[in-house]
Amino acid sequence: MRSYVPGYEMQTPRDLSNTLNLLARESGVWKPFAGGTDLMVLLEAGKLPHRKFLNIWDLTELREIQLTPEYVTLGALTTYSDLRRHELLAREFPLLCRAAAETGSIATQNRGTLGGNIANASPAADSPPALLVYDAELELISVRSARWLPYWGFWTGYKQIALRKDELIRAIRLPRQKNTWSHFYCKVGTRRAQAISKVCFAGAARADAGRITDVRIALGSVAPMVLRAIQTEKVLRGEIPTAAIVQRARETLAGEIAPIDDMRSTARYRLRIAQNLLAQFCESIAA
Amino acid sequence: MSDTARKIQVHCEINGRPATLEVYPMARLLDALREQPGLTGTKEGCGEGECGACAIEMNGALVNSCLVPAAQANGAIIRTIEGIADEGHLHAVQQAFLAHGGAQCGICTPGMILAAVNLLSRTAQPTEAEIREGLSGNLCRCTGYTKIFESVVAACRQTRNSA
Repeated sequence: MRSYVPGYEMQTPRDLSNTLNLLARESGVWKPFAGGTDLMVLLEAGKLPHRKFLNIWDLTELREIQLTPEYVTLGALTTYSDLRRHELLAREFPLLCRAAAETGSIATQNRGTLGGNIANASPAADSPPALLVYDAELELISVRSARWLPYWGFWTGYKQIALRKDELIRAIRLPRQKNTWSHFYCKVGTRRAQAISKVCFAGAARADAGRITDVRIALGSVAPMVLRAIQTEKVLRGEIPTAAIVQRARETLAGEIAPIDDMRSTARYRLRIAQNLLAQFCESIAA
Repeated sequence: MSDTARKIQVHCEINGRPATLEVYPMARLLDALREQPGLTGTKEGCGEGECGACAIEMNGALVNSCLVPAAQANGAIIRTIEGIADEGHLHAVQQAFLAHGGAQCGICTPGMILAAVNLLSRTAQPTEAEIREGLSGNLCRCTGYTKIFESVVAACRQTRNSA
């Protein structure tokens, strides 16, 4: 049933420092609210427990994309549409642009933000596997501090993240690629548009004469959190992906993920698909 | 649950005219538009951002108005289905929907037209794949989509010929 709207408060802070002051002064009372593509769905379903929100949508300083020789830094309010439109991102971080294009519809992509996707911490989110593959780091700011954290490890449990109550995600930073990587992204859902994934796979690799010199693999919807398949990467690193190696990688992946049965799919299907996508990824490296 | 929020005034521009909405801050923009200026052309389908029936343009971007809290519309330039025709002259997309049977029951039509008009504003001559993607956030349970797709293709042809 729909929530009782007069019971929900939203304030629009003047600027970023005003936002941080409110988050700090009344710890835990206010929560940031960006594009609303997750929170408004909960509101409509009567499942939004938090009552007081700070409207951060208009904080334009959180919507910049900055380039340096070392990093691309994306403001937390960068939308999926912003990601899709950015030529350098498409060239250097194609998995992120693919993930943005696979998220919801155009209308959702115009409102959904990268920071919101991270803060919502859904294990079925589409951008986190790409962010993990690219070794993303997060900038968390509050009135008293600013800190950078690797995105890998930011997740502490199902829908739990290491964000303090007075902190705001300010930016996401991706180290720029010095070498040529091959990229592979596949989201498996019920239909092409709008579907929440059953399995989401993002991989990047470098190869030399058919031998994998470096590899990164991340998956969504197959565990309580989006994860990097570190053990599977170890099996592949330094190897030519022969049938025997791919088989060993498939078995290792099965030990690393923990898919479940839910309304969207089954554990069995998810495991098989994750393994098949891994095999496809290996083929794409060899090709 | 008790009322904690007070109604606020949201100043915006709707279909070219200044407007003030008096709303609870977390009211859905969809409801605010339908109830206050009485712009009932914008429809509610799923209420969770899946069907696109409530699509409008906000600052030139296509959005689902069921997922926008009214407070975030302050200062925004909004266009609804009522603002698509130009002084009685239907937009090329609307004419094409009429000519090619793009509308049946009508519930999805405002959102479909907004999605198509917004696509054409970004990409004057979209490819067929771009048209399909541009409409993929809008559900229709009557037409089977083909006639809607054909309508948008025809609208593109029309605008190309008149350009």
